[in-house]
Amino acid sequence: MALSGLDIYKLLPKTNCRQCGFATCLAFAMQLAKKAVQIEKCPFISPEAKAILEAQALPPIKPLILGLNESKFEIGNETVMFRHEEKFRNPAGVGIIIEDSLSDEEIKSRLDKINHLVFERIGQLLEVNLVALKQNKDTKRFLEATKILLSNTAKQVVLMPKDLLALKQAAEIAKSRVPLIYCARENNFKEVGAICKEFNLPLVVTADSLGALSLLTKELNALGVNNLILDTGLKSVADKIWDLTQIRRQALKKSNRALGYPTLAIVDKACSYDEAMEATAYISKYAGIVLIKGIEAWEVISILTLRQNIYTDPQKPLQIDPKLYPIGNVNDKSPLLVTTNFSLSYYTVLGEVEASKIPSYILSVDTQGMSVLTAWAAEKFNAETITKSLEASGAKGVVKHKNLIIPGYVAMMSGDLQDASGFNIIVGPKEAAGIPAFLKNLN
Amino acid sequence: METQLALEKWPHEISTVIIGAKNEHGGSRSHSIEIGGQKSLPLLFKEGVIPNKPKIAFEVWDIAPVDWDSELVSAYGKSIKDPFAWVDKCVNDFKAELLCLKMQGAHPDSGDKGAEESAKFVSELLSRTGVPLIIIGCENDVKDNLIMPLISEAAKKERCLIGCAVQDNYKTLAASALADGHTIIAQSPIDINIAKQLNILISDIGLAFERIVMDPTIGSLGYGLEYAYSIMERARLAALSGDKSLASPFICFVGQEAWKAKEAKASANQGIIWEVITASSLIQSGADLLVMRHPKAIEKVNNFIEMLYKG
Repeated sequence: MALSGLDIYKLLPKTNCRQCGFATCLAFAMQLAKKAVQIEKCPFISPEAKAILEAQALPPIKPLILGLNESKFEIGNETVMFRHEEKFRNPAGVGIIIEDSLSDEEIKSRLDKINHLVFERIGQLLEVNLVALKQNKDTKRFLEATKILLSNTAKQVVLMPKDLLALKQAAEIAKSRVPLIYCARENNFKEVGAICKEFNLPLVVTADSLGALSLLTKELNALGVNNLILDTGLKSVADKIWDLTQIRRQALKKSNRALGYPTLAIVDKACSYDEAMEATAYISKYAGIVLIKGIEAWEVISILTLRQNIYTDPQKPLQIDPKLYPIGNVNDKSPLLVTTNFSLSYYTVLGEVEASKIPSYILSVDTQGMSVLTAWAAEKFNAETITKSLEASGAKGVVKHKNLIIPGYVAMMSGDLQDASGFNIIVGPKEAAGIPAFLKNLN
Repeated sequence: METQLALEKWPHEISTVIIGAKNEHGGSRSHSIEIGGQKSLPLLFKEGVIPNKPKIAFEVWDIAPVDWDSELVSAYGKSIKDPFAWVDKCVNDFKAELLCLKMQGAHPDSGDKGAEESAKFVSELLSRTGVPLIIIGCENDVKDNLIMPLISEAAKKERCLIGCAVQDNYKTLAASALADGHTIIAQSPIDINIAKQLNILISDIGLAFERIVMDPTIGSLGYGLEYAYSIMERARLAALSGDKSLASPFICFVGQEAWKAKEAKASANQGIIWEVITASSLIQSGADLLVMRHPKAIEKVNNFIEMLYKG
């Protein structure tokens, strides 16, 4: 809960000394509430009041940056319970668990497959963010496998050792890659915390209940370990959703600092469908990191696509530059299709035009990111805007013919558009899937 | 140390809607399906009573489907060419507890069957199976206004869920539902204000809110799923806070959307998981009824629902 100007005023010296540059302490407090000035401007603030105000200025859920260079991603720093209230900011990291009981070759081939799990959807690259190594065998094997992992993937590494000895040695080997450590529990947090402090590593904290979890994060903070991720262990999906929801509420609604960290959920299901349903449930419901075992492309793309959906900014639909796009080896006789600048519309049309193998132009009209029918209803995709776009984009001069293909759903504008643009209007299919057949039969 | 839980208190609840009337209620269904009635956001069992699980309806047509993906067609085999055999397969082999019958054959482009013929088909289907029915038109307003009144009459007292009423075409359907004892689907184009307004218009005709199920018009995974997802969350929050006109359960036409996706056509597994994740994600935002196509996808999502509700 944010402090009001008056709440802050009560913490100030109330001397109106003006050293902060404001006429009164109250005026200064009002600016602090708006986060327009820093508390350091007040030379007489008490240390206690300063601590309260500094904590107040921190985000309710700690942001955490993981991964190095190209593999960097941020989790945490979320501010709302529901997408429509603003947006979900930092897409959940998706990671895959590998066990050290696999052979060297199997581990390498899995890593190779994981590295290649990259999908392009509506102009964004979707990929897996982490690879976790789970210890089943002895320390020697875990260290060997750690080395294989480090030299075969650039993704954020998660170490899941069985004991402190394996942890200490693996952390030493992997320290330059800043591995995420799984995990500190009630019975070992001092020792695990010390290792994380020594190498400055992020740490997952695991406890069954929120109370025990809060105690652990406080203890670890006291030891100087602050980059924490919360885990409530393996539970039923409904219990896990409850925990994840509670942790988010504790941080946002109760300003509970001890639970103001990103969360992690592990999915342990043998069937790909079950695993994907559970993983996407946790992505929808507030997990900062989700770890799975499956590496089949058809499963992983469904999980990453759901993440893309949930983390799309509801106020700003994904959009592209409104302009004329030549697709393939075009010439001045190539077909000209028009759509909106809503990414999903454009990329869907693009995919089908590419699939048709018929070089074409796609004219993307500025509809402020609205889809075809929505933009038509809002008069952003009509005879007038399309005619303007034909001129402004230079499309009129680029093609020698006077034929324009419009989406089937807006067939009703054909007459007006023909009159306004001087183009001969051809009504295309309603669904983009019909484009290849349509283009092939065009002549 | 116990952490004090951050609990929400909701003063209101979602309407309970019943589909299918058994003998004692004047119908001939072997069982009825109850949805809604929850006093909590989805799956937060510790915060309020959630009396009913989400239910899945198998989508079947009155004609052999024309544009279904080959994976779907092969999942049903030869039976898909004969609507009655198709229904038998759903009920006997796949244990369907609810069917969503689409009267596609009445569409001017797919056979243009007349009202009498369509109504006769529904009568015969009702006599062949005891499973409760959702019946939707062919999505051509003019034609639906011709066929649905007769279909509704043919199914009188069976308490079917009939649809879809839309903002500028709801009166005929609502009057039929009222006269013949059915419940109605109110469809709005991903717009919470239209959803609310349509529910009020329908209730003004005399159909209680308890006889309305809302279709928020969903997009599939990767194709705008998040729009309906957030509309549903907003409507749920408003309903639980006391807005009776948004307190109807949700129906989501998952199968038809999921199988449109390019990804769904790439391989059998990819298609099935596309339908599965579209469905399971909408359960997170409050779906009460899911209309689905692939029997394996339905099985997987049903198992997931069982697991979620086992506690």
